[in-house]
Amino acid sequence: MSITVENLNKHFGAYKALDDINLAVNSGELIALLGPSGCGKTSLLRIIGGLEVADSGKLLFHGEDGAQHDARERNVGFVFQHYALFRHMTVFENVAFGLRVKPRGQRPNEAEISRRVHELLNLVQLDWLHDRYPAQLSGGQRQRIALARALAVEPKILLLDEPFGALDAQVRKELRRWLRRLHDELRITSIFVTHDQEEALEVADRVVVMNKGRIEQTGTPDEVYTAPATPFVYRFIGNVNLFHSRDHAPWTNEYADAIAYVRPHDIDISASPQDGTALPVEVRLVRRVGSVVRVDVAVNGSSEFIEIEMSRERFDAAPMANGNRVYILPRRLHVFEKGVKNELSAA
Amino acid sequence: MASRLPGQRISTRKSAPVTLLLIAVALIYLLLFLGLPLVAVFANALGKGWGLYWEALKEPDAWSAIGLTFIAAAIAVPANLAFGIAASWAVARFEFRGKSLLVTLIDLPFAVSPVVSGLIYVLLFGAQGWFGPWLQAHDIKLIFAVPGIVLATIFVTLPFIARELIPLMQAQGREEEEAAVSLGASGWQTFRRVTLPNIKWGLLYGVILCNARAMGEFGAVSVVSGHIRGMTNTLPLHVEILYNEYNFVAAFAVASLLALLALVTLVAKSLVEWRARRSGEPLQGAH
Repeated sequence: MSITVENLNKHFGAYKALDDINLAVNSGELIALLGPSGCGKTSLLRIIGGLEVADSGKLLFHGEDGAQHDARERNVGFVFQHYALFRHMTVFENVAFGLRVKPRGQRPNEAEISRRVHELLNLVQLDWLHDRYPAQLSGGQRQRIALARALAVEPKILLLDEPFGALDAQVRKELRRWLRRLHDELRITSIFVTHDQEEALEVADRVVVMNKGRIEQTGTPDEVYTAPATPFVYRFIGNVNLFHSRDHAPWTNEYADAIAYVRPHDIDISASPQDGTALPVEVRLVRRVGSVVRVDVAVNGSSEFIEIEMSRERFDAAPMANGNRVYILPRRLHVFEKGVKNELSAA
Repeated sequence: MASRLPGQRISTRKSAPVTLLLIAVALIYLLLFLGLPLVAVFANALGKGWGLYWEALKEPDAWSAIGLTFIAAAIAVPANLAFGIAASWAVARFEFRGKSLLVTLIDLPFAVSPVVSGLIYVLLFGAQGWFGPWLQAHDIKLIFAVPGIVLATIFVTLPFIARELIPLMQAQGREEEEAAVSLGASGWQTFRRVTLPNIKWGLLYGVILCNARAMGEFGAVSVVSGHIRGMTNTLPLHVEILYNEYNFVAAFAVASLLALLALVTLVAKSLVEWRARRSGEPLQGAH
């Protein structure tokens, strides 16, 4: 089922949580709402799920107005950050809940409920826990049960609010991949909220980057990383070096007051100036971090570090040490001036 | 202690004599101020033998007092149960103006002397009160009658259930209810299948305390009752009348019923606390 959001607004008192949001989610897509805390991503998710009501704007499900249906009728599966499992029910009863509360006419019989619940528990690979209580499960297990419970009512849309936010790093990575595989299997239109850019880039088909109640950019993980629409997206997704036009005029070209954004891995280092725009710097710190080498350099007399990242092979081909004088030149940079985006190639 | 680690310092252990002394002080104190009076109640009640004890309880005025006490509790407890659930739901789940005022008002009966709360009803509904003439014109009698006693009982027992549920429901949050609604549950289904099971021990705990107070209330009920024997006397009032008439055996016999109620309440309360701990539902007011 596709979802269309048009000119959506939401206030909490004087605080503007959502500011003129427009978004189209295609049927079967897996979308990530990415942004810092307080950016409005959870509010947007809760409005789509019917747990919150927008002040103004339109919400369409498959072209149909969604506002006339409340959370109960929307057929939306919701997965909460802190699982929200029913603590006094067994795992089995938790998953069966959505089937048991159906109107008498649509309610499956006990044998059918049992079959469906065990099928879902097998899907999340936790059937062996069916008679346990939520308090007896680990965080990762609870979240998978919460997902099975949401899937029991065969939702047309799956909404996940920071689904892995309360889990430790290792479990998080595992569940991330598992969710992606599950989505490829079931193809339910899904939206998940996260503040973790790595999670968004790895799992989602498309990423919606939000900040201060507005959408900054919508695009594939590759697009938001390689072609950020705004300085915010540049800074929020991945590391970046900033070069102000006052100090590095050649890199910002004709712009009087602008900032050039360069990723650490988009900077070349050489012992002699490649061309007139190369910047003379001094190597301050070399760190080997796993498969890459990070080199911090600084312009003479400046205490601000410029971070450069390269593969071990490239570093070893032309090794350098602290105090070496070298020249740097960006392979790729973005110049932002007063909200205008321009991409320049330094080549 | 067998489980003590080899390296653990002896000095971290509590001193045995001090522990014993503290326990002894506490026990003597309890014995003097709780145990002794309780024994005295039963000793005096049964002092002249079982025959007189039964006589005192079988007397029609005593029966009427027992009946009235049960009626007052049977109305006050469900009324405050309904109010307590509604108020705590509102306070724990929603943001609205005057929320802290509502919480303060719920505490009012605890802050006000029961005699004063009884007087308030006399001032409102008594013959000389604000609504007195109107009530008389419509031939409705509240003060010095059963309805007044029920009203006063509801007033003094109002905070018990709400006070127990508000912190409990606030601690539990609303996510489970939201999950239930998103799974298609109606408001009633959400309440019965998710909310109620989560608060059932706290609720029962509040009901036990509310009931004990409703049956034992003296001050407020005394003001509005009028002490008409066989008509508007509850158990505590009946005890007082008998005692003032130097009918000590009967007074202590009826008092022993209230003492029994207290013992039953204590056992029930401990049982609920124990079950609640096992089910992992935190009882905020448990002490």
